[in-house]
Amino acid sequence: MNIHEYQAKELLEKFGAATTRGKVASSPEEAERIARELAPAEVVVKAQIHAGGRGKGTFANGFKGGVHVCKTPEEAREIASKMLGQTLVTHQTGPAGRVVNKVLVTEAAQIQREIYFAILRDRPTAAPLVVASTEGGVEIERVATESPGKIIRESIDPLAGLQPFQMRKVAKELEFESSQLKAASKLFDGLYRAFIGLDCSMVEVNPLVVTPKGEVLALDAKFNFDDNALYRHPEIAAMRDIAEEDPREVEASKHGLNYIGLDGNIGCLVNGAGLAMATMDIIKFYGGSPANFLDVGGGATEEQVTEAFKILIGDKKVQAILVNIFGGIMQCDVIAQGIINAAKTVHLSVPLVVRLEGTNVEKGKKLLQESSVALITADDLADAAEKVVKAARSR
Amino acid sequence: MSVLVNKNTRLVVQGITGSAGTFHTRQCMEYGTNVVAGVTPGKGGQKFDDQVLVFDTVAEARRETGCNVSMIFVPPAGAADAILEAVDAGVELVVCITEGIPVMDMMRVKAQMAGKKSRLIGPNCPGIITPGAAKIGIMPGYIHKPGNIGVISRSGTLTYEAVWQLTSRGHGQSTCIGIGGDPINGMSHLDAVRIFNDDPGTEAMILIGEIGGSAEEEAAAWIEDNCRKPVAAFIAGVTAPPGRRMGHAGAIVSGGKGTAVGKIEALRAAGVAVAETPATMADTLIARMKR
Repeated sequence: MNIHEYQAKELLEKFGAATTRGKVASSPEEAERIARELAPAEVVVKAQIHAGGRGKGTFANGFKGGVHVCKTPEEAREIASKMLGQTLVTHQTGPAGRVVNKVLVTEAAQIQREIYFAILRDRPTAAPLVVASTEGGVEIERVATESPGKIIRESIDPLAGLQPFQMRKVAKELEFESSQLKAASKLFDGLYRAFIGLDCSMVEVNPLVVTPKGEVLALDAKFNFDDNALYRHPEIAAMRDIAEEDPREVEASKHGLNYIGLDGNIGCLVNGAGLAMATMDIIKFYGGSPANFLDVGGGATEEQVTEAFKILIGDKKVQAILVNIFGGIMQCDVIAQGIINAAKTVHLSVPLVVRLEGTNVEKGKKLLQESSVALITADDLADAAEKVVKAARSR
Repeated sequence: MSVLVNKNTRLVVQGITGSAGTFHTRQCMEYGTNVVAGVTPGKGGQKFDDQVLVFDTVAEARRETGCNVSMIFVPPAGAADAILEAVDAGVELVVCITEGIPVMDMMRVKAQMAGKKSRLIGPNCPGIITPGAAKIGIMPGYIHKPGNIGVISRSGTLTYEAVWQLTSRGHGQSTCIGIGGDPINGMSHLDAVRIFNDDPGTEAMILIGEIGGSAEEEAAAWIEDNCRKPVAAFIAGVTAPPGRRMGHAGAIVSGGKGTAVGKIEALRAAGVAVAETPATMADTLIARMKR
């Protein structure tokens, strides 16, 4: 799950991690009022969408840039009025862009130098890992490939936590002055407590800045949360903004389905995440292109299968559908009944290829044969993939 | 021959009275697994299906029944605690089926298990089966057949696919281990490969991986230097877009790491025969065995 920049800022404040002063606004008047509170400092007005590349983006109304420095509160109001309610297109949003419903108004920080600082969970060591670099403000992947020596790594014992000496060690490696060690450690500590306390998979601050006065501030923070742990963080779950998500994925998640929209034209309905991925792969192998990843899970009900099927049929890009089920716990007749139910309520206008194997396979096949649903049956995975690619092509 | 579980396995089921626990315990018993105890706190003294004694704690179950393998169906919020309870009681093998355990919990479990003699399989896995002897998990028993191929996989249904391909072609399995799809788990691909490599009853292996992490690469490096048995592999997720989590909590390509192509190259370089599609997992291994 992703959150907005202003929400990340609120989390930083909650955990005592120093950041620039600022607030979120939903109207130009509110933006002006916040800017007035921050005066005489210059402010930055930032469009709040989940996608990156906002600064270089363009609004559908022609206004350029989703991030602007404003000298006066009046200017902040004017800039906010050009952003709010408008669609911002960046290299990450795709041509459709995203509607800006909120802007963040913060004081413009004076920057002496920029640092990269992140805490993530490291898979090989099964422990939290600090990754930091004096080369902040740029893409860390680029630093890692171009100058790997500039990347600092500090592993954290998950039972003991980030120790004060480790914070000082990292701060020194990041070339903080002795007088700044305390402020840097306090910031690192806040970030680590947020990382652990909110069940994050990553907290990334880029840039973390040092001001000419020697303040140490988190200028922009990105939080990634562990979806498995959201049940114990209702305040984080409440930050979800479904306007930022693919409507097909929102619909799927309502029914407990694991769906990810892709760009191809072959809809897939599969049980199990690994098999769902493998099904996408084999479609590609035979020259087709999957429209989605969809795992109905191990214990899906008839209703869930019906809903899953409706999402596939409702996708205008879909030219053919492949159902690939290896029934273990999930029984093939349940899948078959779900398909039949869906076909009754929604008109099936594209070819449907079905491959069933496993528990109750004969019962499932019989149900489908006896129904009026027009379908192409397949004997195995390869046969199914070939048939669905051919069917999609012939349309 | 087999690894880890067999006819001598004495299984305790943690969360035996829940709906998933009940359903799958019955399936395991029907398959012939020796279920000796159940654990549900607060239900100690009850009998499951008039056969299996339920205890309040794993320690009691272990003391009273000598259970040596645990299967966990406890819901996510209590699953990490259930694993640690089994480890504390000295249960040799802990198989955690539960899906959706917070990763931070597993991080602590892993750290607390360091130096202990118990092994963990999972979480978020189908379990482990030695065909004809013991089924500890949620896999459909009938697709398996006793034999000499070891199967290792992160994914449930994709494992069934591989097993079914083997069985349909007349090749049985020594043991099939589902290690689970979470980013932090117990037994790794490499651990399982080593176990099968040491097992005289296993002649060849199928290793099924997916995008995310570097466990497949680590297994590949070890295989290149140490493994003389034929190995075939399949890696799911060649078409997965970067930055998107494909179902399993661990299945994500991020920062250019954990790609399917990278894993496939590492495996091929180690002399592993990599199946081009999931439809040819068994055929790829059979061809490799004939070489």
